[in-house]
Amino acid sequence: MEKLNTMEKFTISINGESREVTAPADMPLLWVIRDLLSLKGTKFGCGQALCGACTVHLDGVAIRSCSMPISEVGAQELTTIEGLSANGEHPLQKAWQEHVVPQCGYCQTGQIMNAAALLQENPSPSEAEIENAMAGNLCRCGTYNRIKAAIQTASKS
Amino acid sequence: MIPKFSFSPFKKFTNKSKVFRPSRREFLKIGSLATGGFMLGVNFQCSGPKGETLTFAPNAYLSINSDNLVSIIAHRSEMGTGIRTSLPMVVADELGADWKSVKIIQAVGDEATYGDQNTDGSYSIRMFFEPMRRAGATARHMLLEAAGKKWEVAPSDCDTRDGMVIHSASGQQAKFADLLDLLQDMEIPDQDGLKLRKLSDYKLIGKDIPIYDVAAITRGTAVFGADMDLPDQQIAVIQRSPAVGAKVVNYSEDKALEVPGVNQVIKISGNGAHPGLNKPLEGIAVIADNTWAAIKGRAALQIEWDLGENKDYQCATQMEDMIRETLEDGRLRREKGDVKNVLGSAAKTIEKTYRAPYYAHATIEPPAALAHYKEDGTVEIWAPTQHPQWARDSVAEALELDVADVRVNVTLLGGGFGRKSKPDYVVEAALLSKAIKKPVRVQWTREDDIHHDFYHSHSAQRIKAGLDAQGNLIAWNHHTVFPAIGGTSSADELHPSDGEMGLGCTDFPYDVPNIRIESHEAKAHTRIGWLRSVSNIHHAFAISSMLDEIAEQRGMDPVAHILALLGEDRQLSFNEEMEGEYPNYGEDIAAYPWDTARMKRVVERVSREANWSKSLQNEKAVGFAAHKSFLTYVACIVEVSKDENGKIIIPEVHYAVDCGIAVNTDRIRSQFEGGAQFASSLAMSSAINFENGQVKQNNFDGYQIIRMPQAPKKIFTHIIESTDKPTGVGEPPVPPFIPALCNALYKLNGKRIYELPVKGLFT
Repeated sequence: MEKLNTMEKFTISINGESREVTAPADMPLLWVIRDLLSLKGTKFGCGQALCGACTVHLDGVAIRSCSMPISEVGAQELTTIEGLSANGEHPLQKAWQEHVVPQCGYCQTGQIMNAAALLQENPSPSEAEIENAMAGNLCRCGTYNRIKAAIQTASKS
Repeated sequence: MIPKFSFSPFKKFTNKSKVFRPSRREFLKIGSLATGGFMLGVNFQCSGPKGETLTFAPNAYLSINSDNLVSIIAHRSEMGTGIRTSLPMVVADELGADWKSVKIIQAVGDEATYGDQNTDGSYSIRMFFEPMRRAGATARHMLLEAAGKKWEVAPSDCDTRDGMVIHSASGQQAKFADLLDLLQDMEIPDQDGLKLRKLSDYKLIGKDIPIYDVAAITRGTAVFGADMDLPDQQIAVIQRSPAVGAKVVNYSEDKALEVPGVNQVIKISGNGAHPGLNKPLEGIAVIADNTWAAIKGRAALQIEWDLGENKDYQCATQMEDMIRETLEDGRLRREKGDVKNVLGSAAKTIEKTYRAPYYAHATIEPPAALAHYKEDGTVEIWAPTQHPQWARDSVAEALELDVADVRVNVTLLGGGFGRKSKPDYVVEAALLSKAIKKPVRVQWTREDDIHHDFYHSHSAQRIKAGLDAQGNLIAWNHHTVFPAIGGTSSADELHPSDGEMGLGCTDFPYDVPNIRIESHEAKAHTRIGWLRSVSNIHHAFAISSMLDEIAEQRGMDPVAHILALLGEDRQLSFNEEMEGEYPNYGEDIAAYPWDTARMKRVVERVSREANWSKSLQNEKAVGFAAHKSFLTYVACIVEVSKDENGKIIIPEVHYAVDCGIAVNTDRIRSQFEGGAQFASSLAMSSAINFENGQVKQNNFDGYQIIRMPQAPKKIFTHIIESTDKPTGVGEPPVPPFIPALCNALYKLNGKRIYELPVKGLFT
């Protein structure tokens, strides 16, 4: 009973739906998304906002969900890869397929979410702007060049 | 890394459906003995209640059902190489299936059925190209026979395309499914007479074929190691021994159990200071309802450790010891001529020492595994493992079960690079599930991954070369010392194995009359494993850096120098000069010789494609290196320059590769693009340090891998057209990149590089 006292109820808006979760206030959004809401497209990579695998949008801005406590989300609209487009048809998702960007694929949803926020803010980024905007998203397989190419393709579409 | 050859009896392709009509059974040995799946018999299954849905399964890798669905088994693990696409693609091409509608099914770990599944050592294409062709060709042969019978034409006048059998002379065609009835009375063709398509006849092999999972990955629906959930599952996060061999003296779970969602705390016993490659480290596991609760619960544990025999281990001290070792006579590993005397009387000698650090794999997906120990005493696993068979064996051993009672499902791997060959994390999950009688997912954090990896060894090397009065390279003396992989399992393993020595060191291919290669003792104070291209990483760094320096001393163009040193076109076997065996990556040296002509071809090609001579004339900072590994020939040219802020950038990389028959050209290029970027991290930014037996780095702030701004801007891969047996490309891009980069940096800065990672150049 004592334990339950530290749990709180939160209502969040995610991918256009309102969802209620019970969690401690410090639970990172990443674990709310993955463990409590069973949306598995958002990945755990570092837990310290160093790799970008967990990138989601909060009111359209790319954030690292591993480092955002659930208590700070409030009424902001949360979007995960599952909510980026209806059928995986976002121009970036299509460009990613056209360039066959992924190798292992693990970091790619975070890359796409970060790129989507970039294009929202800057629809025609230069190469240097893409590099700077994407510098927080690690890829160990080494797909950086194709990520860049896919972003350039999507920015032209 | 070294293949385990074995074969075992056939097991049925599926065991849910009733076998409708078994036919003649014979065992057919095809290609390597490591390939299973060919205990052939036409295996018909009916899955509908009245038997209306037929499934034709001529071997373990392939089935066709009466809905015309072609299903192909991917039995190797997908960690980013594209193998889950590229091997099924070979089956489909040979069969003449409609690739767009082929279903790929990931195999469970089962050596008896599928043959070797150890996805490592750049083996998959090399080992399974031929068996996959035969898997497809067997079915195709039978379909052609059936069509011939149906249409009363010669089967040899028919062909298969896009899931149809076609008789072009008469214009008749039939779906595969429409011929299944006729196949029921047919026997498996004699494999000796089995006709394979000509290379020019392939529609998929040799082309750019997108990976099967690309849409799922971009939509976030692809299933990785931590993405599978089971009812009632618990999440475990483990505090492991800070130094390898450390033991828990005391611990208190009280504070951990106060964390909401934490349910249990369980101790896992370790296996000492040389724990082996498949055993968990000693640790305290916190079992919780969700990952965050487990992480917080772990932080609340109070543990008193006895740090054990590695508590005073400092890697910097060992590095200095290793360098001192290289000044002494070591254990002889290869000898040709009389290096000592020749060096003593050489007109000029050059002697250099090279250092490289420990590296962690740092797959972006940290290790994770879900285990379900069931009431019937069997256990089912879902894990991102490179080696499902070893995971299965290791779980069976740890839980004292029959191997048959362990089922290992393979998810996609969020990177592997050798880390996920070792099944320690899978065993952890299985032990904990058995202990609490519920499904358990073990989740490693990034800190766990950086602290408890199976590291690429740090290394010291000293090379002394002798030139005669005419400037000819007449003596090569290479000393190498690094804690060996074997040291992870045994305190007595102090030298690198023949296998590790054969990774770019004893297989020195150049035509030098006097060669002496020696290794020295170094103890393993942590878990040593294998990282993408293994000891080729440090060996290629030292050898190709040194050869560049020698070329300069001789006043030669480095490319021309290598071509001259490769000498006459010839096939090397090394064995007469080796102390011990030259393993040749597990292949017979007669079947896969070291062919200097093939190496010269890639050197010439990369030089031409990169405009090497012109770059030299224009005083561009370009560096060159060539290195064969995993039976694949690679040459590399890297250009470096400074941007407007004075920061070093890599504008261009050119690779030429001879990997025999190119199976999926897009995935070959992607492996080279990725290899250059992976090697950039090793060269420029990554290092693991030990103090008091413990890793100093924690996360991606301390253990840095390159980010997009540091990546080479353009990477070109030039693939040699070849009809030679295909070889793998997962690892071969890594070794030559690092010295090519170092040689380019020398051109830019005038400073030779003797230590990795290169410090202070990249920000």
